[in-house]
Amino acid sequence: MIQGVQIELISADRLSSLTTLEKIRTILDSVMLGNIVVLERGLSPDEQSMLVEVTMREIQPGGFSGIEMETYPGKDAAKGGFFARLFQGKGPEGRMTVIGPAGQLKMLKIERDRLVAWASLSSGR
Amino acid sequence: MGMFDRAKKRFRRFLQILFRRKRSRIGIYGPPNAGKTTLANRIVRDCSGDAIGPVSEIPHETRRARRREDVVITGANGNTLTLDIVDTPGVTTKIDYHEFLEYGLEQNEAISRAREATEGVAEAMHWLREDINGVIYVMDSTLDPFMQVNIMMVGIIESRDLPVVIVANKTDLPDAAPSRIKSAFPQHPVIMVSGLEGTNMSELYDIMTEHFG
Repeated sequence: MIQGVQIELISADRLSSLTTLEKIRTILDSVMLGNIVVLERGLSPDEQSMLVEVTMREIQPGGFSGIEMETYPGKDAAKGGFFARLFQGKGPEGRMTVIGPAGQLKMLKIERDRLVAWASLSSGR
Repeated sequence: MGMFDRAKKRFRRFLQILFRRKRSRIGIYGPPNAGKTTLANRIVRDCSGDAIGPVSEIPHETRRARRREDVVITGANGNTLTLDIVDTPGVTTKIDYHEFLEYGLEQNEAISRAREATEGVAEAMHWLREDINGVIYVMDSTLDPFMQVNIMMVGIIESRDLPVVIVANKTDLPDAAPSRIKSAFPQHPVIMVSGLEGTNMSELYDIMTEHFG
C-alpha cells in the first residue's frame, strides 16, 4: 500500500463562495483526515480567529491535537502595517496559507521567499 | 420603606445609569508562557495591592480567563484610568497533552489540563471578537517575534480596530532582544518591560492611559 500525505489546494473562487463556518468546516474536516490544505488566498482575520476557536473545540486528548498554520507573506505583512496593506491590495486576506495537522506537520516556516512545509507520514506520536 | 425613599432610590439609580462611564475592558493576550499572568499580577498589584492568578513554567497555567474589575491605572503624566483587566489563556493553534507529561504531570492531570486549556483558548478568541475594548499583547523578548500566532493575533486585533499596546516582556533575561519586537511591529507602541522585576512599568502605565482612555 502506498503511503503518503494528501495535499488539497483550495482556490480563492471556491473559498469565496462559502460562508465563514463552511470555510472553517471545509478546512478542518480535511485537516482532521490528515491532509494538508493550501488556500490560494487565506482567511480574513475574523475567519482565522474563528478557525482557532473551532479548532480548540475539536481537539481530543490522544486524538486530533490541533493545526499548524503559516501564511505567506507573513513577515512583510506584519511589518508594513498600513502601507503593506495598501500595496498588497487585500492585506491579510490576500496571503496564501498552508494549514495541516499539528501532529503531522512538524515544521512549517518561511525561508526568504519560500514557504517550507515538512510533513510526516505517520500521525505524530 | 416610604414612598419618598423609594422615589429617591429610583432617581439615584436613574442618575447612575445615565451618567455611568463605560469602563474599558482590556484583554491581556499573547502566546503561552509569554508572561501574561506575571504582567497582569504586576499591574493589579501596583494598582490595587492584590494579584490576579498563579504563575508557572508549565504552559497553559492560565486555562480560564480571569477578570479584575475597577483597576485604576495612574501614569507618571498624572492621567488616571479605570479599567477591567482580563488575563487570558495563551493563544495557540495546537494543544497536545503529551507536552504536559514532560513537566512531570500524571496522565490524567495532563489530559484534564489540555481539555481546560482548549476551552480557555476558544473562550479567549470568542471574547476578542465580542467583549474586549483594547488589548495588551505580550511577547517573550527572547523569542522570534514573527511566530505565526503573533502575526495572526496582531492581524485580528488590527482588523477589529482595537487599541493595542505591545509588551516586549522578560527583558530581565540575558538573551532578551526586545528591539526585534519593536522593529517587527513598528505600527504599534512597543513597551519593553520585565513583568517579573517590574522594570519600566511606569512607561507602560503612561501608554495605557493614553491608548485606552
